[in-house]
Amino acid sequence: MPRLTREEVEHVAYLARLSLTEEEKEMFTEQLNRILEAFAKLQELQTEDVEPLSHVIPLKNVFAEDEGKDWQSLTTEEALANAPEQENNHFVVPRIVED
Amino acid sequence: MSKYLPVVGMEVHAELLTETKMFCRCSTKFGAPPNTQTCPICLGFPGVLPVTNKKAVEFTIMTALALNCEIASYAHFARKNYFYPDLPKNYQISQYELPLGKNGKLEIEVSGRKKDIRIRRVHLEEDTGRLIHIGDKSYIDFNRSGVPLMEIVTEPDINSPEEAKEFLERLRLLLQYLGVCDGKMEEGSLRCEPNISLYDLETNTWGTKVEIKNLGSIRAVGEALEYEINRQLKILEAGGKIEQETRGWNEEKKETFPMRGKEEAHDYRYFPEPDIPPIVVDERWMAEIRRQIPELPAQKEERFVRGMGLSREEAHILIVSLPLAKLFEEAVSQYTEAKKIANWLISDFQGILNTERKSIEEVPFNAQLLVEMLKLLDEGTISIRIAKEIFPEVVLKGKSPKRIVEERGLLQITDEEAIREIVREVIEEEKDAVEQYLKGKEKAIGFLMGQIMRKTKGKANPSLTSRVLKEELEELKR
Repeated sequence: MPRLTREEVEHVAYLARLSLTEEEKEMFTEQLNRILEAFAKLQELQTEDVEPLSHVIPLKNVFAEDEGKDWQSLTTEEALANAPEQENNHFVVPRIVED
Repeated sequence: MSKYLPVVGMEVHAELLTETKMFCRCSTKFGAPPNTQTCPICLGFPGVLPVTNKKAVEFTIMTALALNCEIASYAHFARKNYFYPDLPKNYQISQYELPLGKNGKLEIEVSGRKKDIRIRRVHLEEDTGRLIHIGDKSYIDFNRSGVPLMEIVTEPDINSPEEAKEFLERLRLLLQYLGVCDGKMEEGSLRCEPNISLYDLETNTWGTKVEIKNLGSIRAVGEALEYEINRQLKILEAGGKIEQETRGWNEEKKETFPMRGKEEAHDYRYFPEPDIPPIVVDERWMAEIRRQIPELPAQKEERFVRGMGLSREEAHILIVSLPLAKLFEEAVSQYTEAKKIANWLISDFQGILNTERKSIEEVPFNAQLLVEMLKLLDEGTISIRIAKEIFPEVVLKGKSPKRIVEERGLLQITDEEAIREIVREVIEEEKDAVEQYLKGKEKAIGFLMGQIMRKTKGKANPSLTSRVLKEELEELKR
């Protein structure tokens, strides 16, 4: 089985916007590879005639009616309460597009 | 252009006209103050349980049916993972390998040529928050976060800006008729991202795709594609290479530009959304949704032609604007002469809207007012000339024609004696014209009629006046 490389770990970390130390990169490469090995073991099972399963609980079509009169949205103050930065009732982040 | 064929595929996002959001019951109302329509679910708090809006699912299935799609009997949502501040959960709940609808088509017609644009898929997802970039900061309003969003993706079957515009017109009209989306591109409730490449007809090779964003109107889609075709053509003819990228549309400069900074890694790591049970569409539910499909544009056009005696052109002009078609149908329910109503709506009413640069929704006009005016005409209370004169006020102010006529003293003169008196005055004043008429120049009668109308400010009943004028002239012959 191909092993997960350190570069792939860095890529996944970047996608999740995690900054890892050199030691962590080492550790996660090792740990993730062990997880993959466990799954490789599972893949040895014969599953040819088994339908893919996306949900383990036998539920389907759980819907809500399109009706909002009993629904309580948050106030703007509540919504923004945990925002690291806010201004004029907006969440604020560093600018993410160039001109 | 002979060597290259433009190849365009379209990705359209339509905000669905539900009262509440996709997975929570916060309001979807447009234009509310920022961050007033949010809750832990649409703000992406941990530990919450999203519950699917049934109507949004039905709207999507309905649209897929109207686009001749195959409907998935089993579908589920998927998490599309990416980091961007408009997405508080860091994943968007969308659909991936099992969309609600696939393999459909929509017919378009450009300069008399009909063509099917194949629909690859129709799926349901949630909208993201709205970002505003000012200075070195980006501001986020999450009111839009979680609004039901339907995505419609075509095959690359579109080969010109005209076809692209026609496709969007048809699709928007269909969505409006279905009542699933209001189609307001300026407000962003309908968004369109075309991708375009140039196919080399000599070497039979596909070009590199460029995606265009920020298109605020159907007109802009046409202009941006036109621009992009020329830009790519110039590069290719100079022996250059097209870069695969996303470009924005600058409405002021009328040009596309590379959108740096929005280059995310397209590595979405989709997986089935574990919190939301799958959707199973059985025959019964599908039949129920099919029954809810209202009369669609093509059917309406046919009914206007066959059932109401309109010409194909008239019917078409009426149906391409749903509010206009509605206005027409309402008027027809109160007044039998459909053709007359169509004429007034198509030429006069639309003429006024064009001059004033207003949309139907912006004027306080309704079917009742038109019918009232048509009845005044039929009764002979007003002349056609007066009707045309007062119509702009009826349309723009929503004022009763009867009241305008009364207030301005525009009632038609139908009193024969009064008319005869005016006719005699004009005959007295316009001796030359009378002379010519008596010498056999029939046309002079038109001039005399005109003078009478001028004197009465158009209030003289035309047929009565014409008869009296002829009588008086005959009298002179003797």
